[in-house]
This record gives sequence, structure tokens and C-alpha cells, in this order.
Amino acid sequence: MTTVDTVTGTAKTMVLNMGPQHPSTHGVLRILLELDGETVVKAVPDIGYLHTGIEKSCEDKTYSQAITLTDRIDYLNPLGNNLVYCLAVEKLLGLEVPKRAQYIRVLTVELQRISSHLVWLGTHAIDLGAMSVFLYCFREREEILKIFEMFAGQRMMTSYIRIGGVALEPPAGWRPAVRKFLNMMPSRVDEYEELLTKNPIWVRRTKDIGYISPEDAIAWSMTGPTLRAAGLAYDNRKVFPYSSYEEFNFDVPTRTESDCYARYLVRVAEIRESLKIIHQAMEKIADEGPITAEAPGIIPPQREKMKTEMEALIYHFKIFTEGFSPQPGEAFVAVESPRGELGCFVASDGSPKPLRVHFRSPSFINLQALPKLIEGQLIADVIACIGTIDIVLGEVDR
Amino acid sequence: MHPFFPTNDELGIAVAKIAILLFIVLTVNAYLTWFERKVVAHIQSRWGPHRVGPHGLLQPLADGLKFFFKEDPTPAGVDKFVYYLAPLLALALALTSIAIIPFGPDPIRWRGHDIYLGIAPLNLNVGILALFAITALGVYGVALAGWSSNSKYPLLGGLRSSAQMVSYELALTMSVVGVLLMAGSFNLRDIINAQAPPVGHPDHGMFGWNLWPQILGFFCFFIAAVAETNRVPFDLPEAESELVAGFHTEYASFKFAMFFIAEYTSMITVSCLCTIMFLGGWLSPFPASWTITHYLPSVILIPFGLWVIMDGFRYETIFGRLVLPAVGTAITAFGLIFIVFPHINEFIQAPFWFLSKVLLFLFVYVWMRGTLPRFRYDQLMAFGWKLLVPVSIVNVILTSFVILAKMQWGAK
Repeated sequence: MTTVDTVTGTAKTMVLNMGPQHPSTHGVLRILLELDGETVVKAVPDIGYLHTGIEKSCEDKTYSQAITLTDRIDYLNPLGNNLVYCLAVEKLLGLEVPKRAQYIRVLTVELQRISSHLVWLGTHAIDLGAMSVFLYCFREREEILKIFEMFAGQRMMTSYIRIGGVALEPPAGWRPAVRKFLNMMPSRVDEYEELLTKNPIWVRRTKDIGYISPEDAIAWSMTGPTLRAAGLAYDNRKVFPYSSYEEFNFDVPTRTESDCYARYLVRVAEIRESLKIIHQAMEKIADEGPITAEAPGIIPPQREKMKTEMEALIYHFKIFTEGFSPQPGEAFVAVESPRGELGCFVASDGSPKPLRVHFRSPSFINLQALPKLIEGQLIADVIACIGTIDIVLGEVDR
Repeated sequence: MHPFFPTNDELGIAVAKIAILLFIVLTVNAYLTWFERKVVAHIQSRWGPHRVGPHGLLQPLADGLKFFFKEDPTPAGVDKFVYYLAPLLALALALTSIAIIPFGPDPIRWRGHDIYLGIAPLNLNVGILALFAITALGVYGVALAGWSSNSKYPLLGGLRSSAQMVSYELALTMSVVGVLLMAGSFNLRDIINAQAPPVGHPDHGMFGWNLWPQILGFFCFFIAAVAETNRVPFDLPEAESELVAGFHTEYASFKFAMFFIAEYTSMITVSCLCTIMFLGGWLSPFPASWTITHYLPSVILIPFGLWVIMDGFRYETIFGRLVLPAVGTAITAFGLIFIVFPHINEFIQAPFWFLSKVLLFLFVYVWMRGTLPRFRYDQLMAFGWKLLVPVSIVNVILTSFVILAKMQWGAK
């Protein structure tokens, strides 16, 4: 545990223990702040209060079972976690996912990105005192969660994306539901922007706050909107396209100011870009077609086949009793989560359970740069900076 | 009659006035929380409290009871005397300041006494100064609470608010100097009367108010007042997202409630003051010849009362079925009484307008809370010192120049 000794104590300064129980540390982050008046002289983040041992638990599950654990890593982006894990396992297996399933994955993951950004915007706004924006954002997020409930029967921990495809056929009436959301959302984003973008208090609270130079951002291997706000158009969906992202037409919003305001603008722009992607994905998803790869023994057979074919019944039994065993080897895949580059490393020793699963979580890595952002600033800015890094403690500690 | 030794009647009247006003202020306080939660909820597309009683009307009662029955722990290492003194001080000062406010021009006659609405004497010639003196002491409650709690977040909150309240006190006071110059008096009644339509122009109505010539002063005053009462966007002393709960972090139960009541009471006081200084106090906004507007209270009360009766029948609870219709009947009855008895109607005109204007300000308070983010500490200080104070000083200079010019060259 980090103690006061790690901070340079002098008679002039006061050490303030912010968190782990604090309204604005977005969960259970603890920061030791050494204050001179209200100015932060030194900041030491302390993590580990939400350690759940998910990576270790994955080693004790079969490949398919581990998907439910990945939901809980970054609880604002469960589908993204599913996706990166499934992509890694598919790489290990050499599975080819049918196009239709890929597009459905893109659709759900982009919806997830919007919902994650909405939670971010709401909590960031309430940290800075703009209470209403929080509730507006959650109102719209509710619509997304309803769509997820339609798709997967679950609002948050959907586990919808499975190895080799997706869990279920898109439900009847999904198109009107998503279209309704797409029609509603742009005006709602305008509404947030109307409340915040030109609000003088908001601008004062975020502009020139929490600057990090592009060099530093790279040196600290920051990714995601934080890096793009520093002027680098680095987005895994463009740089290392996965799940057919190369077929989609969208921009990577960037800013050069690299302050809290720039990060806010980048994320709001990303919401709009995600809407564009969802539009295209809707057109691309055919009404008919396979949603899983052709891989008996890995993909659970359809219920109907199970009742009629002996082979399918045996595979079903095998998959759910012992799982499947990929060849020994390892695979690493990275996707663009709402917070940055989310990587997944899976190693197999040829048994039905993974030898090692590791997640390169963007929250954890971006959080390391926090002292860089806040030292020399005021307490109120600490809140703004934590907000714009957009950490999810579940992902930091895993 | 000796001025320092009141008769029994006078004493009785004073005590009754204090009791009635305290009761009203505390009830209004409680329902102000309900009002705030309801309005903010509707701004945020929610319902707000609606479980405890019809429309959540019993919520304030439930909250009040909760404050009474909560455990009241005293943290280790606090300066006990100061720790207990701070909430008392905050509440006492906030309630005292209400005493200065006059609520209506006309007295009620009772056993040969003229009973004026409001506690302070009629000719309190230091009215506004006394009020500022009392509200200025309010900073002690906050600063002492922050200091005595022996905790770091309250300490920071206390520091912030001492600085904030002291700075904005200055802007607050400077911004009303223009009004004082125009009225030529510190007496709150004189200030209101000075805003009445000039003799021979009874139809000026709201154009006689200080709001128009003192528009700069009005904005300075209102902003400073919001800061003075520690409300959004200047609620830094208790900025929950930064300082947990600021100066009252270590206070629980009824001691917390005392701070809470103090904050809401100061909101009411400041709204009253703003009404008196700039919106003509109890003066009607309409020209005097529009006598039809005198029926406005009835026009509002009767339909509202009828609606309350109808609404009450929708509920199956005793409170809904009996109390709401009873209240609705009472409201309707008041509305009818005002129509039937013209002299009563004339009497309530002034308090009616006064309360309406105060309500308007309270609504703006709540509205801002639903809309604006919070300032940062240094920005707040810069805003106060570099904008509000200079602007209000310029306002004073301009006002005095205009008044001087009028005296020199104006109509004899």
C-alpha cells in the first residue's frame, strides 16, 4: 500500500488522501495528493482496490466459459472485451468468421462505444458540476441498453459475442429499434454540445487543463481519445483493421490542443462517427446468413440439428463437458475500445483451458500518465483530468 | 410609552410575530427542498420525489424526521466547542437576517396597535446595513465548521468559503450602493417606496423599479448573492465532486440539517433582498389604473385550489383523499374571500407581489443548479475581484454622476 512516505513531505504542504471512497475517482481509485494550498505538488495514484483476478480465473475456465468473465473487465465496454478475447481465440484456432457475424459485431461494439462515451460524458460533466447532462446521457444510454437486451437478453453483461461469431440471431424488429435510436441520437448529441461546448464555465474548467505533449503521450503509451486529442490519428480500427472495419467509411477525429477540452471534443465527435458506422453496418447486415463460423466441435450446434443429428448431439456434449483444445501457441489481438487500445493475449498449451490470458487494458496504461497531467494544477483540475482520461477501475485492476 | 420597556401587548405581538415568521420560514425551507428537487428533476426529465405522499409532498417531513433520528457521531479530535458552535451560529445568523425584511406596507390594526408585516421596527434606518452585518457573520459558521472538524476536506472547504464569502460580500455591498444613492436611505421600506411610480404618473408600474436604471447593479448583486449563499455555479465550499461535502463533511444528523436550513434560509433572505432592492419589493408591476390585476391572486388561487381538490381524489391514501382536498378547499376559500372582501384583497396585494417575486428568484436559483457547471476556485476569485467589484464600482460612479447631474440641472 502506498503510504505518505512516498510523497515528498515538507512543512509547507499537506497530504490529502483522495479516494478510494470519493465521489469523483470513478470507482475505487486512490490518489495521494501533496498540496500546497490547493495546488497539487505531487500525485501518486494507488490502484488495486478492485482487483478481481479475472485474468487468473480465465485459466480455470474453458475457452468458451471465459467469455463471461471478460464482460466484467471493462464494465462499460463488455462487448468490446468479448470481441477482443474472441478475436484472439479465433486467431489461435484459425477460424474464419462469416461476414454477417462480423458486421453484427461491428454494430453492437459501436453501440457499446456510444454508450461508454455517454457514461463518460455524464460522469465527467457531473464531476464538473453540470448535473443535468449526466441524466440526459443516461437517458440515451438506456435506449442502447434496451437494444442490447433485445439482442442478447441482457442489458450490460451481454456475452453476446462468442468464439466464431455471435450468440444469437438478431432479434425480430432489431432494425426499427436501431434506426429509431440512430434518428434520435444526433439531435441529442447536439443537445449536450449546446449545454457544454460553448458554455463559458465549461470551457474555463477544461481548456488548457491537463495538457500532455504528444511526445509524452507516446512515451507513456497512451492510446485512444487521449492520444487523438494530442494530434495523433491512431485508431486500431484504421491501423490494424479487424472485424471488417476496413470496409467501413468513417473519420478518426483528432485535435491538437491535448487538453481536457480537446479530449471532450474528440469523444463527442467519436459518438457521431460511431453513428455513421452503425448506419453502414445496418445496411451491410443481410437478413439471412450464418452468424457463426463452420467449425463443428468448436461452435455449439444449433438446437434443431442437435435434436435430429447424432453428430451434432455428440459435439454439443463434448463442447459443454470438456470444451475444445486449440493447438499449442499464442495469439495477440488489439482492438480499439472506447478508452484506447485494448489488447488480448491468449496462450494455449493444447488443453481445453487457456494457459494464460492477459489483457492490455487502456485504462491501466493511460492512468499511469495521470501525475504528469495533474502536477502543478489545482484540486478541481484533478477531477477534470481523471474524468477525461476515462478510466474504468475494473479494467485497471482486472 | 417608554421605547425600551414594551407593554404586554407589544411583547405578545413581538413573540407572536417571531413564532409565526419562524414557522413560515422553516416550512418554506422544507418545501423549498421539495420544490428544488421537483424542478431540477423536471429539468432533467425525471419525476423527482413522488413516493412519500401525493407528488412527494411528505418528502420534506420524512427528510426532517430522518435528520432527527440519525445517529449523530462526533469525529475524534474535533474542537468540541467550536464544532458544536458552528452549525448553531450558521442557523441562528441565517434566521436572524430574515427579521430585517419587511413583507408588506400596510399594518394590521389590533387593539390600537399597528402591526406591520415583518419583525424589524418600522423606521429601522440602518436596515440594509444591519442585514449585511448579519449575513457577513455567516462566514463564521462555515469557516469554523471547516476548521474544527479536524479533517482535510472540511478544512479545504472552510478555507475556500471564507475566501469566497468575504470577497463576494464586497461585491454584494458595492452593487447595492447605487440603489442606496437613488433612495437616499438605508431603510428597506424607504428603498421600496422610492421605487413607487412618481407622483402624477401612477401608471408607470414596473418602470419605476430600480431594475432598469440599476441593471448593472442588479446583475452584480444577483451573481454575488448566489456566490454568497454558496449555490451552483459557486458551490465550491461544498463541491461534492472535489471535496466530498466540503465544510460539512464531518457533520451528520441534525447538525447537518442546521447547515442545510441555514443555506436555504439565506437563499430566501437574499431573494427577498433582491426583490426589495431591484424589483420594487411589494409594488405591483402593473399600472395603478389596471385595477383588474388586483384579482390576480384570486385568479391563481381558485383554479389551483380546485385542481388540488380534484387531484386529491385520485389518491387512495388518507393524506391524498382528505388532506389534499382540505388544503384545496382552503386555497379556493382564500381565493373567494379575496374576491368578496375588497379591503382584504387590497391588503394582500403587497405580500402577494412580494412573495411572487421571491419565488421567481428562488426558481432562478434552482434553474441555475439544473443548468450550469461549477467554477474553479481561482476562476471564482478572479471573477469576483476582476469583474464584479470593478463593474459595481463603475455603477456607483455612474449613478452618483447621474444623480448629481439631476440635482444640478434637473427639474427644480
